Amino acid sequence: MTRYLLRRVWYMLITLFIIATFSFFLMKILPGSPLNAEDKLSEEQKEIILEKYGLNDPIPVQYAKYLGGLVKGDLGVSFKFDNTPVTAILFDRIGPSALLGFQALVVGSILGIFLGLMASIFRNSPIDFSSTIIAVIGTSIPSFVFAGLLQYVFAVKLGWFPVALWGEFEHTILPTIALAIHPMATAARFTRTEMVEVLHSNYIITARAKGVSESGIILKHGLRNALIPLITVLGPMAVGLMTGSMVIEQIFAIPGIGEQFVTSVMVNDYPTIMGTTLLFAFGFIVIILIIDLLYGLIDPRIRLAGGK
Amino acid sequence: MSKLLEVKDLKVSFNTYNGEVHAVRGVTFDLNKGETLAIVGESGSGKSVTSNAIMRLLPEPHGFIKEGQILLEGVDLAKKTSKEMQKIRGKDISMVFQDPMSSLNPTMKIGNQIMEGLIKHQNMNKQEARKTALELLTLVGIPRPDVRINQYPHQFSGGMRQRVVVAIALACNPKILIADEPTTALDVTIQAQILELMKSIQQKTDSAIIFITHDLGVVANVADRVAVMYAGKIVEIGTVDDIFYNPKHPYTWGLIGSMPTLDSTDEELFAIPGSPPNMLTPPVGDAFAPRNQFALEIDTVMEPPMFKVSDTHYAATWLLHEDAPKIEPPAAVKHRMQGFAQTGTKGGGKR
Repeated sequence: MTRYLLRRVWYMLITLFIIATFSFFLMKILPGSPLNAEDKLSEEQKEIILEKYGLNDPIPVQYAKYLGGLVKGDLGVSFKFDNTPVTAILFDRIGPSALLGFQALVVGSILGIFLGLMASIFRNSPIDFSSTIIAVIGTSIPSFVFAGLLQYVFAVKLGWFPVALWGEFEHTILPTIALAIHPMATAARFTRTEMVEVLHSNYIITARAKGVSESGIILKHGLRNALIPLITVLGPMAVGLMTGSMVIEQIFAIPGIGEQFVTSVMVNDYPTIMGTTLLFAFGFIVIILIIDLLYGLIDPRIRLAGGK
Repeated sequence: MSKLLEVKDLKVSFNTYNGEVHAVRGVTFDLNKGETLAIVGESGSGKSVTSNAIMRLLPEPHGFIKEGQILLEGVDLAKKTSKEMQKIRGKDISMVFQDPMSSLNPTMKIGNQIMEGLIKHQNMNKQEARKTALELLTLVGIPRPDVRINQYPHQFSGGMRQRVVVAIALACNPKILIADEPTTALDVTIQAQILELMKSIQQKTDSAIIFITHDLGVVANVADRVAVMYAGKIVEIGTVDDIFYNPKHPYTWGLIGSMPTLDSTDEELFAIPGSPPNMLTPPVGDAFAPRNQFALEIDTVMEPPMFKVSDTHYAATWLLHEDAPKIEPPAAVKHRMQGFAQTGTKGGGKR
């Protein structure tokens, strides 16, 4: 197991290196510079700034310097936010994003699994149809529409929750709901499809023949076997919740990574963009590792080769 | 011998988009304590539906018992609620399924799968159930049960899995064990082992067995009595000797005649022409008539009743009517029957 984990970590580092390289050169190819907007600066001033941030060096040198910093855990300093180290910015901003993403994932998957279960148990009944409708609405309507709707109904009209901003738990409720709708719909769809299939398997008949109760059949024998495809889609979605929350964070004015990412892209703040990209990539890779470990936990047939 | 199970005029139907499928159309038989009844017939003859109806494992509400009684020691199972059936399934009646590769839960340790029924029906705690599960694994001949109990189904071979399925079925000492083609998915050497296992267990536990199969070779090996099913009805029922030495129904002749034997090199198999009728619209008269070269005119008009051949032997064919022409089984079938007589059916010598 340890050997397997070490190998996976090694692969993760290689992946991160490749992603860092790619995004570094992609950014250099893109037109524009951090100084585009600053028209009031004279040529000399621009020259001083470019020199100071090392943007006048040949690109391979810039790349080498960047990688050198990366190895030491230094993501450079932000152009935009008063020379603050990128790591500090990300560190400040990760909290709200992670919290929102986590809440949305938990709420969304629990509700979604519940909906999907009900739909598969009462197949072709009104419960099934309404669950399908909810799933279709949840997948097809973008989350910012929900966000606006939630703000209008629950904050402006009813005044139950704050419209926007960050602070107390109640600030998180509306954005969490807006974010949770998509994972909920996906979880409901996958749970239903899988459960319908699993409930027709022979081992479910075996369980019935043993006299196992209906609830036991669904929870003990059914759900676990239906979970594999579900975590396969929910895992990457967990990371997607952080990235996808860019829009939601803008709408609710939440000081999270997404909101800051959008600002950085607007002003070509290279180190911050790079840092955020790497953070997302890192999150993604970690989640994939966790999913692989979960597979083995859920289904003994997928226990990993090195994990004896 | 006391009657353990009496099935009376059982009719089972399935509602489909095309209409009602009459899968079982009036099946009557009984089962005594400690005996083995084989139900044979080709695919779609209603043998599995009959057994699922007894277990009340039909996919309700699409599949349902339309008429008839299933009396287990005098109590009608057809009238039980699904909650009540949960207490009977696995305890009084249990089942061994056809495909051991798919009939065990892949994500549950086999120990837990055996213990589940024990905890539910025998009110055992985990330790007691585990101890019993170990004994069961030993009983069904699984080596190193203390290791195997913690393993998952994919770590077992097909034959070993079927042993586990048998262990699950036997866990609560059921009065009736229904085996639905338990050896069909296994290769021949393993088949023989599983059959031996079931026979030896029956001697130890005195359970009655309903053995569903389309393999007459297996029937001769395990059964005391045989019921031959065709198109949702029992067309002939009798002891193994009745069916193998003195078959009366042309369909039974067909089944026996289509069994390949080792010495049948130059001899053609006696195949039954055609295919079974569509059970959406069961034919009028004898359902087997269109495929029966000995069919009489009355077969297309009126269904034959069960004619008594002997106290143990009944068959539903007009050929047994006193006015019917005397017809001998075809030569190929006769040859087979002589073959059985030489080698003896019991013990499975004619394989």
